[in-house]
Formats: sequence, C-alpha cells, structure tokens
Amino acid sequence: MKQRWILILAAATALAVAGPVPAQDRPTTFKKVEQTGTFVVGTRAASIPFNYLDDNNEQSGFAWEITQRVADKVKAAVKRDDIQVRPMEVTPQTRIPLVANQTVDLECSSTTHNRERENQVGFSTSFFVVGTRMLVPAGSPIKNWSDLAGKNVAVSAGTTGERLLRKLNDDQKLNVKVVLGKDIDNTFMTVDTGRADAAVMDDMVLYSLIARSPKPKKWNVVGDLLHQEAYACMLRKDDAEFKELVDGVITELMNSGEITALYDKYFTSPINVRGGFNINAPMSPAIKELFANPNDRVL
Amino acid sequence: MQYSWDLLIYFKPSLTGEGYYWELILQGLGRTIVLSLLSWVLALGLGTALGIARTLPLPALSVPAAVFVHCFRNTPLLVQVFLWFYVVPELLPSEWGTAIKRMDPTSGQFLTVLVALTLYTAAKAAEVIRSGIQAVSRGQKQAASALGLTELHAYRHVILPQAFRIVMPPLTSDFLNVFKNSSVALTIGFMELTGQTRQIGDFSSQPFEAYIAATLIYTLITLSVIAFMRRIEKSTQVPGYWGV
Repeated sequence: MKQRWILILAAATALAVAGPVPAQDRPTTFKKVEQTGTFVVGTRAASIPFNYLDDNNEQSGFAWEITQRVADKVKAAVKRDDIQVRPMEVTPQTRIPLVANQTVDLECSSTTHNRERENQVGFSTSFFVVGTRMLVPAGSPIKNWSDLAGKNVAVSAGTTGERLLRKLNDDQKLNVKVVLGKDIDNTFMTVDTGRADAAVMDDMVLYSLIARSPKPKKWNVVGDLLHQEAYACMLRKDDAEFKELVDGVITELMNSGEITALYDKYFTSPINVRGGFNINAPMSPAIKELFANPNDRVL
Repeated sequence: MQYSWDLLIYFKPSLTGEGYYWELILQGLGRTIVLSLLSWVLALGLGTALGIARTLPLPALSVPAAVFVHCFRNTPLLVQVFLWFYVVPELLPSEWGTAIKRMDPTSGQFLTVLVALTLYTAAKAAEVIRSGIQAVSRGQKQAASALGLTELHAYRHVILPQAFRIVMPPLTSDFLNVFKNSSVALTIGFMELTGQTRQIGDFSSQPFEAYIAATLIYTLITLSVIAFMRRIEKSTQVPGYWGV
C-alpha cells in the first residue's frame, strides 16, 4: 500500500518537473504554418463589436477584420500555396493558454495588453483604447465613483474592472459590496435584476451591452474614465518575425487612415447583430492619439 | 509549448490587493469546506427522511417524497442554482424578493448555493437510503412485527441500522460529490476554491499553476473523505454480513 503511494507521488513529481520544455525547440509561427499548412486564428462568440458571430452566423468585427488582413499577409509570406486559415473559438479563460501552447497563432479581440500576460504571450501594436466606467439604470443617483459608497456593485470576476473597483474601495474606504459575475452577461443580469446598483466594465463593453439590451433607454454610462487599457493582438512570445508582420498590418491601417473607416463601420453605424444596432460611440481622444502614433505600449 | 512556469506564484501578492495568492486559495478552500460539509449534513438528514418516506406504505408521504426526488435528481445542478438565484426572487412578493436581492452579496450567494446543493444532494441520498432499506430482507421486518415492534420501532432498531451499513459505500460517493459539486457556486459569483483558482489564473496569467494547486487540494480533500469513510465502514461492519 505504502509503495503504491510513493509510486503515485513519484509519477506526479516527474510530470511536474517535465512540464517546462527546453527553450531551443520553439518553432516560430512562420515555420509552424509552413510545416502544418494551417494558420489558426482565435475567434470569439460575442465580443461585440471586436470579434463576434453576426445574425447571419458569420464571424465579423473590428479585430476580426485585422485578423483577416494578417492572414492574407501570412499566406503571401509563407512558401506554400495551400495555406488554410482555421478559425478556433476561444474564451477569456482559454485564450492565453491556447496562444502560449501554440494551438492558436493569432488572437485579436477584446484582449488587453498588460504586464502579467507578457509572461506567457507576445502582443502586437495596439489597435484600440478602452477605459473603465459604470453602467447605471437611468435616474440612478450614482453619477461618479464616490457615489458608489455603501452600494452593491457588480463586476465580472477576473477583469481589470474588479481589480480597479477593489483598489478604489480600499483607497477611498467606500465600503462597496462587490458582487462578482461569471461573465459580462451574468454581470449585466445582476444589475438588471436589481441585485446591484451599478456595473463596472470597459466603456465599449458597456455601450455594446446597452445596445443589445431590450430597453437601451433604461441605461446610462457614467463616471470619469478610471483607467485606460490598450487592446492588442496576442501572438506567441519572442517571435519577432511574426510580430513585425502583424505590427506592419496594423500600422499600415493607421497610417493610411483606413482604420477610421473601419472604426465608423463598427462603432458609429448599425452592425448586423440582433436585428442591427448602432453602438454610437464617437472616437475618444485616446483612440485618436493611438491611431496618430501607433505603438505597442502597456497603458 | 511555450509556457513560462512560475511555481512561486502562490507567494506573490494579488493584483487586487486582497493579500497573497496563497491566502486567496486558503479563503476559497475554507468556503468550499464550510459549504460542502454544511450541505452534506443537511442533505443527509433530509435525504434520510425522504428515503424512509419513500418506503412507507402511506401515499400521503411516499408520493410527495417521490416527486421531490424526481424533480431535484433529474435536472442539472447548474440549472437549479440559476433558478434559485435569478428566478425565485422574482416569483416571490416583491418586498421579499427585494430583501433577498439586497442582502450582503456574499451571504446571499452562499445561502443560495447551500439551498441548491442541499436539495440536490438530499434527492440523491434519498434514493441511496431507499435502496438500502429495500435491501434489508423482508423477513426481518416480518420478524420485527411478530415480536410486537411497531413500524417506528422496527425502522429504528431493525431496518435502519442495517440499511445504513449496506449503503455506506454509495454514500461515500455522494459525500465526495458534494465537494466537487460545490464548484458550481462560482457561476453565481461565490468565490469558492474553483472560483478563486480561476481568479488567480486570470490575474496572474499563470493559470496552470493555479489549477494544479486546486487539483491537488481537491484530491487531498477527497482522499481524506475516503479515509474517514473507510474507518466508519470498518467500525460499523456487521461481521459476516457482507463483503468480508
């Protein structure tokens, strides 16, 4: 009996130690695409309007169009004619492990570029800037962050919103009761059913939630922009060659001004979701600044 | 695989300023244990009552018990948790519903999952106990009546002591399942062990380390439960009755 336990423990230890793979054997994205003949791109089901399935069940979105432009460039760059672009759906929880373990070659959606993630994956030039704000029912007394004192506030677990809210709570002693939601829709439901007085999320996510809700007039987005974050495409770490190609595509979009047309298509005109709705979010100064000076900095 | 391992992540402070990551794991573990043990104790009591009711020759008791068992055993636990959390408060008179919704969020979530997990587990335990009662040979009950024991006394002194001994192994499985099922709590935002693990994975970008810790902890919990139940099984076994 005892021996068996020792064996099991030994096997577990061996697995744990064998985990990290030596660094020299890391194929670059180009080599992998050339060998396998497939370029795997991450898709999202409902990251509106960045990467989502529309009413015709077709993948579309601001970041999805960037993905497609990169895929075209990859096809041209690799010495093989039969390259397949294979979409693969990811979730906020799976996207980092899937890019890190090289299942997915490129993931462009509502993915924030931050320092912690740089341990596992690489990031392209940023293509968007969002800020954290609050969603409240119309007529709510909450106008800004300090009004949250003593209230129940919903936030999606594991997001920057949660991090900021907890920090704010701590710094300003607001005594906010944090209600965690499993995902965006869950968090919205928490406010919609009256369990919380406000929801804290990225402004773009809030605008698309409102636009998708049955009664858009019932909601307001309020509060100063608490914190800004840059969205960027995720690719594997230390793959300078591939990063250069992705950066090139994004920079070119910005320099040529084509990105403004892309912005208008998804943020200020109706998109094909739930019968067509308009997010109607004019370009913020931070986004204008990024489009004028493309960079891959963490904000 | 291009994953950068950091097995010291547990000793780093959380980005949310809630303490070190190991403290978050411990907090989650504590919630998992309290929630599971409490649900199990309540479910065992309720399940025993229901299991007995199902074997009684009184339709007024056995029919409602059967309906309860079928409702709670035949629907996914996740659906039940969602119903209790999102739908039930809307069906109550609006004052009650509002009172429930305005509770302290963590206690509200805890009580919701406690109710859901208890009822679900009780329905499963009831079936196990019913089968245990029915496994005791009919002759025993007849002999009890012949000795002049009432129905109540026959159950108390003859049938139940044997039934519990018979169903000890399947009850062990149900006991283990409570711990694993308690992880559905994260879907309504109650941060038990799996929920905290997910949080740590998201915040630190080291999801593998977080889940490895959770896997080891769950294994440790279940192994302890198995060891504990084996002791009870051994000490309550009737010599020569079964499985020796």
